[in-house]
Amino acid sequence: MSIQLSNVAKHFGRTTALEPLDLEIGDGELVGLLGPSGSGKTTLLRIIAGLERADSGTIRFGERDVTRVHVRDRRIGFVFQHYALFRHMSVFDNVAFGLTVLPRRERPSRGEIRARVQRLLEMVRLEAFADRYPAQLSGGQQQRVSLARALALKPDVLLLDEPFGALDAKVRQDLRRWLRRLHDELNFTSVFVTHDQEEALELSDRVVVMSDGRIEQIDAPETLYRRPANRFVFEFLGDVNRLEGDVRDGQFVCGAARLAVDLDDGREELLLRPHELRLAEAPSERAHMPVCVTAVSPVGAEVRVELEADWLAEPWLATVRHADFERLAIRRGQRLFVEPHRWHRFDGAAARRVTAGAS
Amino acid sequence: MSRLAVLTGAASQRVLPGFGLSLGVTLLFVSLVLLLPMTSLVGQLSQLSPAQYWAIISEGRVVASYLVTLGGAAVASLINAVFGLLMAWVLVRYEFPGRRLLDALMDLPFALPTAVAGITLATLYSSNGWMGRLLAPLGIEIAYTWVGIALAMAFTSIPFVVRTVQPVLEDLPGEVDEAALTLGASDAKAFRRVILPHLWPALVTGTGLAFVRSLGEFGAVIFIAGNMPYETEITSLMIFVKLQEYDYVGASAIASVVLATSLVLLLALNLWQGRFIRRLHGGR
Repeated sequence: MSIQLSNVAKHFGRTTALEPLDLEIGDGELVGLLGPSGSGKTTLLRIIAGLERADSGTIRFGERDVTRVHVRDRRIGFVFQHYALFRHMSVFDNVAFGLTVLPRRERPSRGEIRARVQRLLEMVRLEAFADRYPAQLSGGQQQRVSLARALALKPDVLLLDEPFGALDAKVRQDLRRWLRRLHDELNFTSVFVTHDQEEALELSDRVVVMSDGRIEQIDAPETLYRRPANRFVFEFLGDVNRLEGDVRDGQFVCGAARLAVDLDDGREELLLRPHELRLAEAPSERAHMPVCVTAVSPVGAEVRVELEADWLAEPWLATVRHADFERLAIRRGQRLFVEPHRWHRFDGAAARRVTAGAS
Repeated sequence: MSRLAVLTGAASQRVLPGFGLSLGVTLLFVSLVLLLPMTSLVGQLSQLSPAQYWAIISEGRVVASYLVTLGGAAVASLINAVFGLLMAWVLVRYEFPGRRLLDALMDLPFALPTAVAGITLATLYSSNGWMGRLLAPLGIEIAYTWVGIALAMAFTSIPFVVRTVQPVLEDLPGEVDEAALTLGASDAKAFRRVILPHLWPALVTGTGLAFVRSLGEFGAVIFIAGNMPYETEITSLMIFVKLQEYDYVGASAIASVVLATSLVLLLALNLWQGRFIRRLHGGR
């Protein structure tokens, strides 16, 4: 079932939670709402669910206008960050709840409810836990119960509010993969909220980046990362190194640092991703940027190196391959030269992306 | 190793200091304030043979007072269960001007001397009082009937229900009722199947406490009860009457009935609630 929001806005008292916005989510899509806290992403999700009423605008599920439809009649499944399980009911009764509160005419028979709940519990791999109470389960298991409960009524739309936010990293990773698989199997439309860029980029078909109650960009994860629409998106989606200086005759100068750029004269700010920095023992023709290594963290696929220099206002972060790390024998206190092979520049006033240059 | 060494060894392993002193003071206090009076009560009773004891506590006027007291307390605690739950709900779930004031007012029955409450209620509901005057033409009499007794009992015991339900309700996240709604439950079903079962132990405990408190209420009730033998006399009044006749043993006998009833009720409540709470927190 597709979801269409048009001109949806929301105020809480005098503060604006959402500026009027439009959003279309296709049938069977898995969309992540990404943004820092206070960006309005949860409010938007709750408006789609019907837990919050928008001040203006319309919400359609497929052809159905649900703007004034009560949450209980919207045919949505909702997963809460802190699970919101019914603690006095067993896992089985939690999952069966939606079916048992149906009006008598529509309610399946007892046997059918039993069979359906059993199937759902198998799907979330908790069939052995049917008689347990929520307090006897781990966080990850509780969240799976809450998912099975939300799916019991075969909702048109599944909405998840920071579903993995309260779990530790390892469990989060497992559940993420598992949700993606479930989504591909059952093919429902889902929208989830997260403040974790990695989660959004890994899980979603498309990501909606929000800040201050506005949508900044809607795109597939790759596009979002490669071609951020503006500075906010660029900075939110990963680590950023900043460099401010003056351009004169095709040379960007900042203290002792020089970089050949293809820009007009004037004040400029360049942004660089950590993986776009190359480290070398000597300056090159195009770049002369002396730095000092202040910290090294060799954990993970790449080595993270922290760099400082008197021409830098704040330390830079560079990620280098383990091979390069060993070749240069990088250690703390070592003097090296940075050679950016890519940089980004945004128009100051509109924060629009202007150019990405290569050196 | 001697027993003493084992004991001191265990005590020295405790991280929190002051266990011996604080437990000692607690036990002393409990003995002086709770156990000593009760012991003297039992001591009084030892002067009676079982037959004499039975004769005192099964006398017609006293039995009638049991019924009046139990009936009044039952009605009062049922009313309190409903309205106490409602008040706790309003105080926890809504933000409105004057909420703190209302919250503070809830404790008034505890703070007010019960005799003051009794006199106030009696003047208000007697046939020429503010409320009594309005109700009398409708044929409703409150003062000097069992309705008045129940009313006075309800007044003094309402905080028990509100104050036991309130924290449990505060603990119940709003997400839980939202979850019920997203699953298609009507408001009534969400309340009955999700919220009420959560509050149930607290509500039963609060109502039970209110009931036990009503059983022993004296000051607030006697002014509005009218105290007609066999009709509107409460058990605490019977004890008082015996005392005025210098019949300390008789008074103790009746008091022991009230005491035993209250203790059994409180114990039953505790056992029952413990079982429920264990389930919520993970045990079986």
